[in-house]
Amino acid sequence: MTTTEHKPHTSPEIGGLGHSRKRVEDARFIEGRGNYVDDITLPGMLHMAIHRSPLAHARIISIDTSAAEAVDGVVAVVTGELLADYDLDWMPTLSGDTQAVLATDKVRFQGQEIAAVIATDKYVAQDAARLVEVEYEDLEPIVNPQRALEEDAPVIRDDKEDQTSNLCFEWESGDKAATDAAFAKADKVVSLETHYPRSHPAPLETCGLIADVDSATGQTTLYMTSQAPHAHRTLFALVAGLPEQNIRIISPDLGGGFGNKVPIYPGYVVATAASLVIGKPVKWVESRSENLISTGFARDYHMKGELAVTNDGKILGLRVDMLADEGAFFADAQPSKLRAGLFHIVTGSYDYPAAYVTTRGAYTNKAPGGVAYRCSFRVTEASYLIERLVQNAAYELGMDPAEFRSNNFIQADQFPYHSPTGFVYDSGDYETAMRKAMDMVGYADIQAEKEEARKEGRLVGIGMASFTEVVGAGHGEDYDIIGLKMFDSAELRVHPTGKAILKLGVKSQGQGHETTFAQIVAEELGIPAGDVKVVEGDTDNTPYGLGTYASRSTPVAGAATAIIARTLREKAKKIAAHLLEASEEDLEWETGKFFVAGDPESSVSIQDIAFAAYTNPPPDLEPGLEGVHYYDPPEMTYPFGTYIVVVDVDPESGQWKVRRMVAVDDCGVKINPMIVEGQIQGGLTEGFAISSMQQMSFDEAGNCTSSTFMDYLVPTAWETPRFELGETVTPSPHHPIGAKGVGESATVGSPAAYVNAVVDALQHMGVQNIEMPMTADRVWDAMQENSGG
Amino acid sequence: MEVSMTVNGREVSGDVEPRTLLVHFLREDQRLTGTHVGCETGYCGACTIHLDGKAVKSCTILAVQVDGANIMTIEGLASNGNLHPVQEGFWERHGLQCGFCTPGMIMAAVSLLEDNANPTEDEIRHGIEGNLCRCTGYHNIVRAVEYAGAKMRGEEPPPPDWEEGS
Repeated sequence: MTTTEHKPHTSPEIGGLGHSRKRVEDARFIEGRGNYVDDITLPGMLHMAIHRSPLAHARIISIDTSAAEAVDGVVAVVTGELLADYDLDWMPTLSGDTQAVLATDKVRFQGQEIAAVIATDKYVAQDAARLVEVEYEDLEPIVNPQRALEEDAPVIRDDKEDQTSNLCFEWESGDKAATDAAFAKADKVVSLETHYPRSHPAPLETCGLIADVDSATGQTTLYMTSQAPHAHRTLFALVAGLPEQNIRIISPDLGGGFGNKVPIYPGYVVATAASLVIGKPVKWVESRSENLISTGFARDYHMKGELAVTNDGKILGLRVDMLADEGAFFADAQPSKLRAGLFHIVTGSYDYPAAYVTTRGAYTNKAPGGVAYRCSFRVTEASYLIERLVQNAAYELGMDPAEFRSNNFIQADQFPYHSPTGFVYDSGDYETAMRKAMDMVGYADIQAEKEEARKEGRLVGIGMASFTEVVGAGHGEDYDIIGLKMFDSAELRVHPTGKAILKLGVKSQGQGHETTFAQIVAEELGIPAGDVKVVEGDTDNTPYGLGTYASRSTPVAGAATAIIARTLREKAKKIAAHLLEASEEDLEWETGKFFVAGDPESSVSIQDIAFAAYTNPPPDLEPGLEGVHYYDPPEMTYPFGTYIVVVDVDPESGQWKVRRMVAVDDCGVKINPMIVEGQIQGGLTEGFAISSMQQMSFDEAGNCTSSTFMDYLVPTAWETPRFELGETVTPSPHHPIGAKGVGESATVGSPAAYVNAVVDALQHMGVQNIEMPMTADRVWDAMQENSGG
Repeated sequence: MEVSMTVNGREVSGDVEPRTLLVHFLREDQRLTGTHVGCETGYCGACTIHLDGKAVKSCTILAVQVDGANIMTIEGLASNGNLHPVQEGFWERHGLQCGFCTPGMIMAAVSLLEDNANPTEDEIRHGIEGNLCRCTGYHNIVRAVEYAGAKMRGEEPPPPDWEEGS
């Protein structure tokens, strides 16, 4: 399955690009010697537990902490009133809104933070947290955005002076007039209303922090589950008014992130404030329920899409109207200038001139969040909508969905492609990827089997998604997080013995950066990857960066790494010329050494050059072999692929089983094929989870009914289908090593393929849509509603 | 309450509250932090250890319940610096990404292979269904267990899905 088209340029001993190098980080993990936040214990450390609201919407009449304070071992009980003395009772969100750190006026979602108990023991802290007494006056809970925007709905955000309704934002993209004109010319308009359900990244390690404030020096060390430690340090400096040089964020091993560890949560702020006031380290680690009910959710878009098409199968335009359920505080983790992330990539893999997208966000009594859960800022919802619409359009026109896609694909010679909503796609070959997937699955055979199966009373469906991802934000002019441009960085030092340290502003949560980024250095400098140590996640010891999410590490920090390695190679050339007593112009590079052109015997290795950089540099050259590069990408990168799912649906029960799942991915040049395949396998599983079982659900009172792994269904090895992987390789023309990023393609692209397959199995009954998660009862209902019985 | 037990071949004892969970005794009293906590409902399996030779979830057992028992955690699995074949399999077949589920997954897999030396893929998938992984999608975990099973039977493990490189 692994690429043979792109053979590695380096030997396995060097281990540059294209080698399935075993992961260096595994050595510690397989022996239980990882170092996660909760594994850290500091002398004198106290423990924090949070008292949370049982109600979704209520006014707080009073908070009584006396019983909690009386518990033996309790050091302090913190409320919002206390935090207000430090101006920390509210904090900014990543979308420019405000969020209560500890509620004082109202509670706005079930699980909202009200008080925090600091105690000498974690069991005691939890006991005491339960004893905090809060008197409430019930308010109407608003559990969907439609109700939120009705005129008589109570205003959830009455803390905000100008807020007179629950409208959170309005946003549009594209050209309305051009789109209206396209629709006027259409033979048919195909529409779909659907809800991309609320989900939660649920990394297996929950969020947590240890705050260690030294009251004598003011040094603040935060051990934090952070996907973006540098940006978080700046936020702490701005919010808490702490001098930035005195804040050190250490993000140790992270047990997954998937976007959940991008926001700053109230628990982090309270634990830090508590350590500051008490003068001892304070640890806060969430329980699983706390993680699910209060930290960054994902998705929850109610979408209406319309596709204008001609009878001969051409798309003319797309119109989308959305309603986003944002929860109680607008806390989407996304570039500041965009209110609906990168949703406007919704035109997808298809070439048509007009699109217009409108979005309204509504406040509801649910947890805030809107994180990019294994995706790039709402591209998942976008990809889902267009891929569902395209299949329905093909049905409407009586065409094969694959042929309809083929009719409308952006062609390989149209790149760089300017989309109607302003994206510049870097490269692609969608037709080839789709045909490859169709060959792998035996598309024609399955289509033929469908008819036969129906005669036998069986239901077989085949569905596909030909997705385009958009990853690797910035560039900085258009993309920033609270004003911080979305660049990233790499600092590389080659030591005298030829061994290197690479320091990055990004932060792995399982992606294997310690392995793969060393391979980029190996490729560029010929230093064996095993001689390159990769350091991340410590703001005192790494260059500034925006962090790891939205598949941006390889596109941005990977580019920074390649460029700084090339810069050092240029300097190495000057040293080589000095050592070989040759002119630079006469030198040629071959992995790991410079040699005199025409005289391969006259060569000097990168290791000898590194030694000379410290012991015998040319007289006119600065000693050392070290540098840092900040990379602001010219554009984003656009991984793509086609996923095809074949399902068997049980007509008696509505249960469906994945018979085949073929995934052809194109992520450009691969650094480590083994790791790429691992990322795709994982992403496909998350896509299966969302389409089949995984959903954050609420009852009418606003109770979260998916607050444990008993209710929030995460697939096990048993339910997870077997995936068959394939690939094409279309390098990114603007990325220094041609890589595009891959961690999220599968989560973005696959849900539509599963739904398309199940809908396809029932399409002859007139079924046009089934909502995710496609539980057996929903599928069964769809069959009953459409078959007259 | 006083409890004593054997942990990774060493006699240990401690003074615990009756309600102290075994996982907390191991992680906090014994500083064996390789055993993880991923939920509190016994679903995720990150806390899986061996109790008298059987894989159990240490977040749903009280420390006082295992007084006198023989406990093995991930830290005790390698012997004399040699990885257990399951640990080796996870490394060789890329059976982990973030590493958080890994210790529990490995302990479950060791127990599985002790009960069934030559499991089918379905048997492996059933055998580890009490352990959640959010990163890998399980495919490579299954391959890792197959690798380990072959090694333990003295057979050549099946080749990896990718070309073997460095």
